[in-house]
Amino acid sequence: MIEEKKLIDVVLESGTFQTERMVSKYATKGEWKPLNPKHILSFIPGTVLEIKSKVGDSVKAGEVLMIFGAMKMDNTLCSGEDGIIKSINVKVGESVPKGHIMIELI
Amino acid sequence: MKNTKINELLQKKEEIRLGGGQSAIDKQHSMGKLTARERIDTLLDKGSFFEYDAFMQHDCRDFGMADKTLASDGVIIGTGTINGAPIAIFAQDFTVYGGSLGLNHAKKITKVMDYALSMRIPLIGINDSGGARIQEGVNALAGYGEIFYRNTMASGVIPQISVILGPCAGGAVYSPALTDFVFVVDQISKMFITGPSVIETVLGEKIGAEELGGARVHCEVTGNAHFFAKDENECFDQIRKLIDTIPANNSDGTKHFPVAEPDTAKYDISNIVPQDPTKPYDVKGVIKALVDGSDFVEVMEMFAANIVVGYGRIDGEVVGFIANQPNVMAGVLDCDSSDKASRFIRFCDAFNIPLVTLEDLPGYLPGVDQEHAGVIRHGAKLLYAYSEASVPKLNVILRKAYGGGYIAMSSKHLKSDFVFAWPNAEIAVMGPDGAANIIFAKDIKNAENPEEMRQQKIQEYKDKFANPYVAASRGYVDAVICPDETRAYLKHGLMVAKNKIVDMPKKKHGSIPL
Repeated sequence: MIEEKKLIDVVLESGTFQTERMVSKYATKGEWKPLNPKHILSFIPGTVLEIKSKVGDSVKAGEVLMIFGAMKMDNTLCSGEDGIIKSINVKVGESVPKGHIMIELI
Repeated sequence: MKNTKINELLQKKEEIRLGGGQSAIDKQHSMGKLTARERIDTLLDKGSFFEYDAFMQHDCRDFGMADKTLASDGVIIGTGTINGAPIAIFAQDFTVYGGSLGLNHAKKITKVMDYALSMRIPLIGINDSGGARIQEGVNALAGYGEIFYRNTMASGVIPQISVILGPCAGGAVYSPALTDFVFVVDQISKMFITGPSVIETVLGEKIGAEELGGARVHCEVTGNAHFFAKDENECFDQIRKLIDTIPANNSDGTKHFPVAEPDTAKYDISNIVPQDPTKPYDVKGVIKALVDGSDFVEVMEMFAANIVVGYGRIDGEVVGFIANQPNVMAGVLDCDSSDKASRFIRFCDAFNIPLVTLEDLPGYLPGVDQEHAGVIRHGAKLLYAYSEASVPKLNVILRKAYGGGYIAMSSKHLKSDFVFAWPNAEIAVMGPDGAANIIFAKDIKNAENPEEMRQQKIQEYKDKFANPYVAASRGYVDAVICPDETRAYLKHGLMVAKNKIVDMPKKKHGSIPL
């Protein structure tokens, strides 16, 4: 009967349980990864308006690295921590998708 | 005798009946949509609809609107009956200026809402509108605000039903969102705050209206809609069925129906739930084995399907069922299923519908996404809703009841009136595997054969605690019963608890963790 269907294992704290299907949200979710503070990401899609630093610069936490146009606003992107700019992966005027690593620190 | 005044009236009415004109009606039909009037006629009992404010006109004088006549200002309001029961209804007419909402359009809607509330009859709103009538500026916004206020005031007093049969975008979505039941139709309903064109302009993301806010999305992903239909006729059948089921207001009491026995040949209650607690099954089979005529009206079937909620009758009286669904994600509790069940419980409580919980719950869903999505806050809603509910609350523990989930699901500790358990029930602080791993960690680690020792300790724990009798010995379970006795226990329990009184501390209202 039900044993003939292909069942999925659901691993919980209380044990492993078999089930017929997952809800679509859970079935399509990705794996969680911690954010890297050395990566300056585009938090939403937008346009690079101004780059305030260059490769090799030493920057302090809170220092403005870039002006990023998104949601009809000029947003300032600051460094999260002290470091040296390892690479700048975007150019002024460039349209950037969400989640793109725009600047990397070392 | 010829009466010119009557002829004049009939002619005016005939013009109004055409709404935005024949070509607009043809266009509406070509999209697979009925017109507002056809919708009302199909949904309500034949010939039962009485219309008001048919001659209402807008009074916008800007942007060339002064010389525009809009039939009924783009919305039809009135009262009628569904299977003999009175209801109030409004239907936006997309053929008239895109069903756009101006001040007087909104005034008509709020008028019929006021009727519904003061007459204590259900309200049905058919939404099919391009949104605010931009020419009317802030007056259009004022109109929406007046509607939202009335939705809120009527909440918990009369059932409010929204039917999305076309676009419903921007601020307009919040009236349906404030109502109790939202009905949508595949390929026809579209709901979003910001539509695909705004998303593309602002964010550069390309998405179609159907993928962004179509019927399926709102039923399966967002949980904004409660009933999914493949076409408008199926949708109207669902609404009629629901109106038949739920009370007309919060003081009428539930409806009485002729008693019918469940179809026990098709749903054999003793053979639905597998003994092995790790094996899935369809809990709707258990519900259908318990309710009159095996007739179950499921609400939010597609959203968070790991919990099942809906209405069935026991001994001719409507009951709200909440049941963990082992067939989907093993029936775990998570953010979405907690939200779904909590909202259902609060509707039932507001309208005096008793609650029956069928519990088979392995626990909460682990994961970073769940924790970060606020499963603590969402899960708290369920505790709150069950605790707060003062209607008769009955619980049948079918199989697993572990840990925090055991407390949340209508436990004795949240003041359920009766908790019954089947002999196969496992009521414990956690599943035997997890418990044995913690309690006997040392024994397992130091054993010559740890795996053998682990299995032995799991069995030891199972024998001692994974049963209903420990909870029964404390009075947390009122009775351990055979599956085939369940309907009798529920019938009796609902009967004796019918007039229960709960002494609530005096308060304005509580603060449910939203």
